[in-house]
Amino acid sequence: MRLSYPSNIKVIQVPCTGRVDILHLLNAIENGADGVYVAGCLEGECHYLTGNIKTRKKVNYVKKILQEIGIEPERVEMFSLSSAMGLKFAEIAREMNEKIKTLGPTPVRKKEAA
Amino acid sequence: MIVADRKSLEEILSMIKDYKNIMVLGCKGCVTVCNVGGEKEVSILASALRIARQKEGREINIDTKVIERQCDNEYVAQLKETVGNYEAVVSMACGVGPQFLSEAYREQKFYPAVNTTFFGGAVTHGIWEERCAGCGTCIIHDFDGLCPVARCAKSLLHGPCGGSSKGKCEISKETICIWDSIVSKKMEQGRLNDLLKVRAVKDWRTARDGGPRRSIREELTQ
Ligand code: SF4
Ligand code: SF4
Repeated sequence: MRLSYPSNIKVIQVPCTGRVDILHLLNAIENGADGVYVAGCLEGECHYLTGNIKTRKKVNYVKKILQEIGIEPERVEMFSLSSAMGLKFAEIAREMNEKIKTLGPTPVRKKEAA
Repeated sequence: MIVADRKSLEEILSMIKDYKNIMVLGCKGCVTVCNVGGEKEVSILASALRIARQKEGREINIDTKVIERQCDNEYVAQLKETVGNYEAVVSMACGVGPQFLSEAYREQKFYPAVNTTFFGGAVTHGIWEERCAGCGTCIIHDFDGLCPVARCAKSLLHGPCGGSSKGKCEISKETICIWDSIVSKKMEQGRLNDLLKVRAVKDWRTARDGGPRRSIREELTQ
């Protein structure tokens, strides 16, 4: 399958979404990412049983933190799909890309070193 | 353990609004166990505060550190060299921590990042419940180890009130009536008669009612 997805999305591979931590997501935002999303396995199909379910909770926690400090929580999302769903992967990437474009660039910008 | 909850970011941000260089200090004691002020939570708070300040266009330098226990002068002393490098220190320990720090370093400013809530434990992952109110004169031997002082909303010592219903306390459906538990356990063990004991009025002077408390162990003092 030769599917294209927006080239501004940087994919970081992890063995299981359970490996994704609150801090990874926060650090991405802190370092200027406009958005960050986790693409995890379908619920009930985690090879490590509950990695994806735990990470959904972490994603929600990060959303809460962003909300608290006045940043659109939609900048952080979690999607469930299986590794056999290439089409869906590309579709999610486009959807997320569109959403972030509507939200505009992150308000979290480091001052350029003078 | 002592259980705490993190304060809202809004509240913490307002405490540090005038500073550009702070330290967030965690504790490896109770607050690490209740996932509120250990290594991980310190990093999360620091990151959230940095993000918030970057968003405001007022960047802040935040260094993080976690010491063994903030309620112990021996460990508090380890900050001697570094504590002065910051405009202020935000402590993620229970309410005891900022006080030991404040007493040790008179020239520094300390702010709590958590609300200290109670003495208790995790009943399941992510849920903590109160178990002891530190009344200073423990009486739970009479109640099979269950504490009506901390766990009955009215601290009743002679049995349930009229609000006890289907095992729950009248204050909320989530709160068990500890008197229901005490009575059921006594009945299961065929020892209900134990509860006929008439108690003398409890001496609350050993609790907070007697003012700040102190514990002296001569054999350990130097
Ligand atoms: S009786 Fe007092 S010391 Fe004993 S568990 Fe209850 S509150 Fe704590
Ligand atoms: S219902 Fe039970 S726990 Fe609640 S106040 Fe009455 S006796 Fe105490």
